[in-house]
Amino acid sequence: MAEIELRQINKTFAKKVNAVKDITFKANDGEFLTLLGPSGCGKSTILRLLAGLEMPDSGEIIIDGKKVNDIPPADRDVAMVFQSYALYPHMTVFDNIAVNLRLRKVKKEEFTRRVLKTSKTLGISDLLDRRPRALSGGQRQRVALARAIIRNPKGFLLDEPLSNLDAALREKTRGELKLLFSQLGATVIYVTHDQIEAMTMSHRIVVLKDGVIQQIGTPHEIYNVPINTFVATFIGSPKMNLIHGKIDDDNIVFTLNKIPLFVLPGKDRLRKYIGNDVIVGIRPEDITVTSRSHDETHNAQIVLCELTGQQTMVTLHIDGLELKVIAPSSFDASEKLVGIKIDPLHIHLFDPLSGQKIY
Amino acid sequence: MILYCIAPFFWQFLTSIKDSKEVFAIPTTYIPREISLKSYYNIFTLRPFVRYIINSTIVASGTTILALIVGSLAGYALARLQLKAKGMIQKSILIVALFPQIVIIIPLYEMVRVLGLTNNPLALIIPYTALNLPFVVWVLTSFFKQIPQDIEDAAKVDGFTRIGILYKIILPLSAPALATTAILVFIFSWNEFLFALTFMTNDLARTVPVGIAMISGAASYMVPWDQISAAIVITTLPLVIVVLFFQKRIVQGLTAGAVKG
Ligand SMILES: Nc1ncnc2c1ncn2[C@@H]1O[C@H](COP(=O)(O)OP(=O)(O)OP(=O)(O)O)[C@@H](O)[C@H]1O
Ligand SMILES: [Mg+2]
Repeated sequence: MAEIELRQINKTFAKKVNAVKDITFKANDGEFLTLLGPSGCGKSTILRLLAGLEMPDSGEIIIDGKKVNDIPPADRDVAMVFQSYALYPHMTVFDNIAVNLRLRKVKKEEFTRRVLKTSKTLGISDLLDRRPRALSGGQRQRVALARAIIRNPKGFLLDEPLSNLDAALREKTRGELKLLFSQLGATVIYVTHDQIEAMTMSHRIVVLKDGVIQQIGTPHEIYNVPINTFVATFIGSPKMNLIHGKIDDDNIVFTLNKIPLFVLPGKDRLRKYIGNDVIVGIRPEDITVTSRSHDETHNAQIVLCELTGQQTMVTLHIDGLELKVIAPSSFDASEKLVGIKIDPLHIHLFDPLSGQKIY
Repeated sequence: MILYCIAPFFWQFLTSIKDSKEVFAIPTTYIPREISLKSYYNIFTLRPFVRYIINSTIVASGTTILALIVGSLAGYALARLQLKAKGMIQKSILIVALFPQIVIIIPLYEMVRVLGLTNNPLALIIPYTALNLPFVVWVLTSFFKQIPQDIEDAAKVDGFTRIGILYKIILPLSAPALATTAILVFIFSWNEFLFALTFMTNDLARTVPVGIAMISGAASYMVPWDQISAAIVITTLPLVIVVLFFQKRIVQGLTAGAVKG
C-alpha cells in the first residue's frame, strides 16, 4: 500500500470542457479517501487520470513517492473498479479474477490459490464457473471487487461501486466494504455522489464541484464546518436552511425583514460585518419547534409534516421563507401555528457574494 | 417465401440425378423416373472438377482470412483511436465500395499480368480482399463501437497490451459479427465470376463458377444440363457447410452481462 497524490492537475476535454481544475490532494497510506460531488463534477475523470487512462494537461501524479505521469496503466499497480463493473463477458468468473495474475506470469498453483482465497473472502466461491451474464448485479459487483483485490495493488480506485445496487443491498455492502478495506489496510480512492456513503465510509472527503475542490476534511469537519454554501447544502439531508438576512447592531442581532431572529453571542470577529447582508445557514436539527408565544421565537406556519420513522421532517413558512426542521417522531402536527427556536451556537454565516464562510 | 427461394435449387437437384436423356425429355418430367448418379461421375472424370473445388476453397478461405485480419485491425483503429483524418478515411472507404467492378478490372488485369500472378490464387485473393474490405471494415467498426469502453479500460488497467486487448477481448466479443462477415465474404469469393474468368486462363487454375460455365462450352451443341446441375449441387454444399460452421459461433447476446443492463 502507498500514498497517492495529485499536484495541480488540470484536464480539458476537446479543448473546451474543463473537466478538472488545479486538483491537489493526497491520500495517505491506508487512507479511505472519498471524492464526493454532483454528477459531472469530474470525479471519474480524476480516477481515470490516476489509473493512467487519461493524461493530464498539466500537473503531477505521484503514487508511492514516484511520479507516474508517463507510466502506462498496466504498470501503475493500482486496481480500478468501474461503475459498470466492466467484467469480461466471454470469460468465466474465475478467469475474470485471475486475468491480471496470469498476465503477470504468476504460476498456476499460486493464482489458483489466490483466486480461491479472494472469492471466499467475498462469498463468490460458488460462482467461479459462471459467466458474468449469469450473475446478479450484486454478484457482478463482488467479482469486480475480487478482480481488484486479488492484485494486492498499491491503491484501489473505486468508481461508484454501489450505485447499481438496490437500496437494501447498498446499505449492507457499504459496511462490508468499509470493513474489508480497513482489514486490508488499503489506500482507497472512492468516488461517489452519495453523501451517506461518503460520510459513513471515509477517513476524509474531498468535495468537488465543477472540477474544483471545494473542501477536504474528515466527515466531521465537512458536516460541522462547511467552508462555503455549496458544501453546506450538499452535505446533510434534509439540506441546511439558508436565510438571507442582515447583521444589525452592536449586539449582533440577526434580523430577517427587520424582525430580530436571534442574538449572536458577542463575537468580535463579526463586528466588521455589522450592517452587512449575510447568509445564515442553520441545519434542520438545530431548529426547535416550540409552542406559540414563547420568548425569542417567531410564529411559523406548518406547511408539511413528513414522518420518516425515527423523526419528523417539518416544513415551515415564516415571513415568506421556507424552513426545514427536524422534530421528534412524536411531533404533534395538529397545531398549525408554532414558534421556532434557533440555537445560535450552531449557526453558520456565509458571505452572500462569494458564498464563503465568515463565521 | 422459403419455398420460393428453395424451389430453383431443388429443381437443380432433381435434374442432377436424372439420366442425361431424361433431362431433355418432352414432356418434362418433374420427378426423375430413374435415379442416376452418372452426371456426378461425369463431372469428376470428364472435367478437373476436384481442382476447381480446391482452387475455390483456397481463394475463398484466403480471402476471408485476409479480409478479416486487415478489416479487424482497420475497424478497431477507426472505432477507437482518435485519428484526425477519421471522417475522411470512412468516407473514402464508402466511395471505394461504390465503384463498379468492371471499371477496375482492366487496370487490375494489367497489374496482375505485370506481376506475373496470372493463374496464381493470389491474383484473386488480393482483389477480392480489396473489394470486400469496405464492407468488412464498415460492419466491424460499428460492432466494435458498441463494445463498452469500460471493458477496454479495465483490460488496460489489468495489464493487456493494445494488441492483447484486440485479440483477447475485442475479437472474442465480436464473434457474431466476425462470423457473419466471414460467411458473406466467403460466399462472395466462392461465387465471383468476372475476375475469376479474366485472371485464371489456365483450366487447372479455374474456380468453380468459371468451371461450371466451361462445362457447357466443352460440348458445343448440347448443353449438358445434368452435369451442370450436379456441379452446382456439389459446389453449394461447401457453402452450406461453412454457413453452418459459423452459425454455431453466432451466439447472440454474448456481450450481455458485461455491464449492468
Ligand atoms: N472523453 C470525454 N470527452 C469529453 N468530455 C468529457 C469526457 N469525459 C468526461 N467529460 C466531461 O468532463 C466532465 C466531468 O466528467 P466525469 O465523468 O469526470 O464526471 P463525474 O463526476 O464522474 O460524473 P458522474 O457522477 O455522472 O459519473 C463532464 O462535464 C463530462 O461531460
Ligand atoms: Mg463518473
